[in-house]
Parts: sequence; structure tokens; C-alpha cells
Amino acid sequence: METATQILLLIAAAIRLATPLLLAALAGIYAERSGVIDLSLEGKMLAGAFAGAALASVSGNVWVGALAAMATGILLSLLHGFATVTHRGNQVVAGMAINIAMAGLIPTVAQAIFALGGQTPQLGPAQRFLGLVLPFADGDGLVAQTYARLLSGHNALTWLAFLAVPATGWLLYRTGWGLRLRAVGENPYAVDTAGLPVARLRYQALVVNGALAGLAGAYLSMAANAGFSRDMTAGKGYLAIAALIFGRWAPVPTMLACLLFAFADAVQAQLQTVRILPSQFVGALPYILTVLVLALVGKGGGMPKALGIPYIKERGV
Amino acid sequence: MRRLLSSVLMLVVLALAPAATAADFIPAIVFDMGGKFDKSFNQMAYEGAEAWRKENGITYREFEVTSPVQREQALRQLARRGAAVVVAIGFSQGPAVATVAKEFPAIKFTVIDAIVDAPNVQSVVMREHEGSFLVGMLAAMASKTGRVGFVGGMDIPLIRKFAAGYRQGALYANPKIEVLENMTGTTPEAWNDPTRGAELAKAQFGRGVDVIYAAAGGTGLGVYQAAKDAGKLAIGVDSNQNYVQPGTMLTSMVKRIDKVVAEAFSSARNGTWQPGTRDLGLAADAVGWALDEYNRPLITPAMEAAVQQATGDIVSGRITVSETCGNSACTH
Repeated sequence: METATQILLLIAAAIRLATPLLLAALAGIYAERSGVIDLSLEGKMLAGAFAGAALASVSGNVWVGALAAMATGILLSLLHGFATVTHRGNQVVAGMAINIAMAGLIPTVAQAIFALGGQTPQLGPAQRFLGLVLPFADGDGLVAQTYARLLSGHNALTWLAFLAVPATGWLLYRTGWGLRLRAVGENPYAVDTAGLPVARLRYQALVVNGALAGLAGAYLSMAANAGFSRDMTAGKGYLAIAALIFGRWAPVPTMLACLLFAFADAVQAQLQTVRILPSQFVGALPYILTVLVLALVGKGGGMPKALGIPYIKERGV
Repeated sequence: MRRLLSSVLMLVVLALAPAATAADFIPAIVFDMGGKFDKSFNQMAYEGAEAWRKENGITYREFEVTSPVQREQALRQLARRGAAVVVAIGFSQGPAVATVAKEFPAIKFTVIDAIVDAPNVQSVVMREHEGSFLVGMLAAMASKTGRVGFVGGMDIPLIRKFAAGYRQGALYANPKIEVLENMTGTTPEAWNDPTRGAELAKAQFGRGVDVIYAAAGGTGLGVYQAAKDAGKLAIGVDSNQNYVQPGTMLTSMVKRIDKVVAEAFSSARNGTWQPGTRDLGLAADAVGWALDEYNRPLITPAMEAAVQQATGDIVSGRITVSETCGNSACTH
């Protein structure tokens, strides 16, 4: 029973750690499936984390914070779109520019507003996404424990992230909009020839992308923690991109990739306390795993064919 | 006309240039990554500098390092601008201080938490293991499960010192106690990752820990939040963090960096500043544990008495606290 509880705790930790990765990776799927490389997930998350915590703190309402985080993400996505879709700028450069700008700008704005050294005030319970304890989550026995530890106790954003996986699958593969979106990432010339607006479709994808990336940030500042602090994304935006590539730009494999990374991270935390291996080695495990997995599985298709190529009407294929 | 204009401009420039002379006493301080509002180590130094400024009416120059490459640059900049004494906060500034001190032999440098052997450098190290011993005792006495935890920031010998003292103190108070240890990471980012801190804390709670001591800078804030969310206890570090989560914070291991900073400024001003190494511990009141209105209800008279007894014993030398534990458990 003790071992079973430990394993359940590990999986629960993996689900918590996977949530921000999953939201960001899904955000990336929308952008990249429409043909826009999104390296700016890190910056959007950071901005979303700040906007969420700041507005939640000022308004006292968790949902106001969440909406602000989404709006901020969307705003940055539109900026990204303006540079790369409207003006056909280099998508990688524009994405990195957003990351670097946010890393500097956000703490400055935070300091100007709150004067707490680039942090927001600490959030109270009403301003955060707290764990939702499901009914009947107090029984003994393996089934009841599994239910109590794995399903109960997660917050609204975690539920949203995992429900967004089938929703994204349905949107991309079962709707006309999804078909057009995927087409614009594979062959925008064909889409244009069919009389559909390439730029508008890419902008639509970027709006969804921004909202999800902002929520990924809100998870960090409003669910996992209680307030924004500098550099709190700590590279999770880049890890999300790795998960999305590993998941070959498809929702379910991407979710599994996020869970794998998160599980390695959770195991890492547990292994350290056993004091068998040096912490440096244990700390490197998730990254070693990432490299191994990408090396073994990373080759092969899935990448949208027009990814990274700005659409210019006259050029032809 | 043009000549007139340029000479006027020249005058303006001369008038605006600061009239810095050797008589001006301007101390300087370089904060390390984490920033001066980390509610912990750097903030304590900042508060010390601020208190000194208010007391003496002298402003100081400051620099907040935001990436490792800035350390030397910041120190050099302040030294070049004629700071009377440059106080560098944090172990990781050691190598930078060693380099820059050699370039500016006439400038005084005080480095906290690192030892630099140079004729114009004063190194201040503190016996964190002694203070950690005391909070380890408190943790063991407050624990109901018989398991206490430690979350360190970056895995370095300095943080191992905190862990070693904590373990010894916990075992001293309760020989059957189990101590779980986690380090957040091996890079400076480990000081500033509250999400990870919260996750490490949750992992320890899941294994039955009910008191966690975090020596992890900004990462610790995540640990304290997680402790509050789970209804467990946490112990703060460096500055008195009892106010961060009242009712959750059992106590804080206080490192009086504020005193050290103010002392460095004052001694440089009145000429008593000395190079060399200062090793400050419980006897010098440089480390200790915090008791205030926020954690008063959590500390029973028996706990307080036991810790006071141990404080006396450490000062008198009856208890010696070791700096390291290796991989074997420390016993007491």
C-alpha cells in the first residue's frame, strides 16, 4: 500500500507539473499547425503569469486574472502575427524578440506598479485556482485512493488543460476550420487558390495560441504559486516546444510527451531524497531523457510543411 | 557664434559634472541574483544598507546583478567611480571580487559568504550550521510524524552547511527523527524557481514530512506557500520570514547580514575596517532563530527552553556543530 501510495503521488505530481507544459504545447500546436513557428511561448507565459497575478491581486477575483492572462497572451500573439504574417518577418527572430523583451519588460512594469522588486503581491485564496476536492474522495482501498489522489485535488486549470486535448483534436480533425487551419500550414498556396484567406486563418490560430499560452502562465502564478516572481517560467516555454516536436504536432502524443517530461521531473524530486545518487546527476535526468527520446523517436514526419515560411502570394511553390 | 555656443556648452557640461572628491564617502553594495526584494538573503543586506543610510544620512551606490556575467562588471564600475568600500553579497561573487580587488588595490572590498585572500578584501562567513542546528531542534520538536524535510536552493557546500546543521539539530532533539533532503538544482536559477520549490515540498509532504526548512532564496517562497496550502509547517531562512505566512512559519533561521553590511560601511568610514576573514556564529549573535508575534503560538515554552539551553551549550563549546555530514547521517 505504501508503494502504491508513493506511485500515485508521483503520478499526481506529474499531472501538476505537466499542466503548464501542456497548455503551452497546445498553444504551440495551433500556431505551428497554421505554419507559424512559435518560439515566443516562454515570453507569452511570463507575460500571462504577470498579468494574471496582477489583475487577480488588484480585482480580488481569480477569473479576472485568468481573462487578463489570456488577453495578454493574445496581444503578444497579435504582435507576433503582425511581424510574421502581415510583414512576413522571420518567425524565429520575432519569437525570440518577444521572449527577450518580456524577460526585461515584465519585471520593470511589475516594479513600477507594485514596487515589490518585480513581484506581485501575494495572492489570497480567492485570487488563486485552488485544488478542487471531488466528492467521496476519502475512502480507503486502492480504487478509492487512486480516485482521491489522481482525480481529486486538481485545480480548474489542470482540468481545462487536459480537456483541451480532446477539444483540440476535435477542432483540428473534425471541423472545417481545423481542416483549413491544417491546410494553411501544409500548403498555403492551395488554400489561397481555393479562395480562403491565409493571413486571417493564421491570425485566428494565433489568437487561440495566445489565450492558451497566457493561461499556461496564469497556472504558474495563480495555481502552482501565489503571485508572480521574476523569471518564474524557468524555461518551461522551451520545454513545451520540445514536447510539441516530440508529439509530432498532434494533441494526444503531445500530451503524452508533456506527461513524460513531467513524470521524469517528479521522479527526480523523489530520487533526490533517497540520497543514493548525487543531486547533479538526478537533476540532469529529465534532460537526458529528453535528448534520448528525441534522438530515438524524433525523426520522421508530422512537421507542417509550410512551417516557418512566410506566405508570399506571388512566389508560387 | 559657433565658438560661443561650444564654450557655453562646455561650461554647462562642467557645471553638471559631479564634483566628486576623495572627501566624499560613498559606500557601494552589489546584490546577487535573486534581487534585493527576495524576502530573504539579498533583502536583508538591502535593509541593512537602508538602515545605515537613514542613520548616517549618506547615500550609497548599488547594483543588482541579474546575470552571472555582470558581477565583475558591476564591481569594477563601482570601484572605478571611487566607492569607499564595495560590499559584495553572496558566495558566487567570490571569484569576481578576487579579480576586481587585484585591479583596484586602493579600494576596500567586503565579501559576504565567500573567502577571498587579498590584502584589500574582508571576507565575512557565518556559521549557518549553528543557526540551522537550532531550527532543526525546533522542527523535530514540532513534528508529529517524526519526519522533517529540508529544501536547499543551489547544491553548493554553503547550502550543505545549512542542511548538515539542521540534520544534527533535529537528531539532537529526537534521535529517531528522519530527515529528508532535496536540492532545487545545480545552477543559479535554483534560487528563483518557486514552482519547483512547491513541487519538492509537496513530494516531501507526500512522504510524511510535516515541517520543512527551506534555504533556497526565492524558491523558498514556493515551499512556504505549499506548506500553507497543505496545512504543514515551514521554516524560513536568512531574514526573519515569519511574517510571510503567519501560522505556517514555525520560525526562521536568521543570518544578520544587515548587521554585517552596516558594520562594513561604518568601519570603512571611521577607519576600523580590517582585511581578513571574519567567522561569525551564535557567539557573535550573527546567526540565530526568530521569535516574534507571528510564530509565538507555535513555540511552546518547552521548545523555547530547549533551544536556549542548546544555544548556551554551542556558545560555550559543549556542543560542536559540524559543517558537513557526508552521506552518513550525523548523530548527536
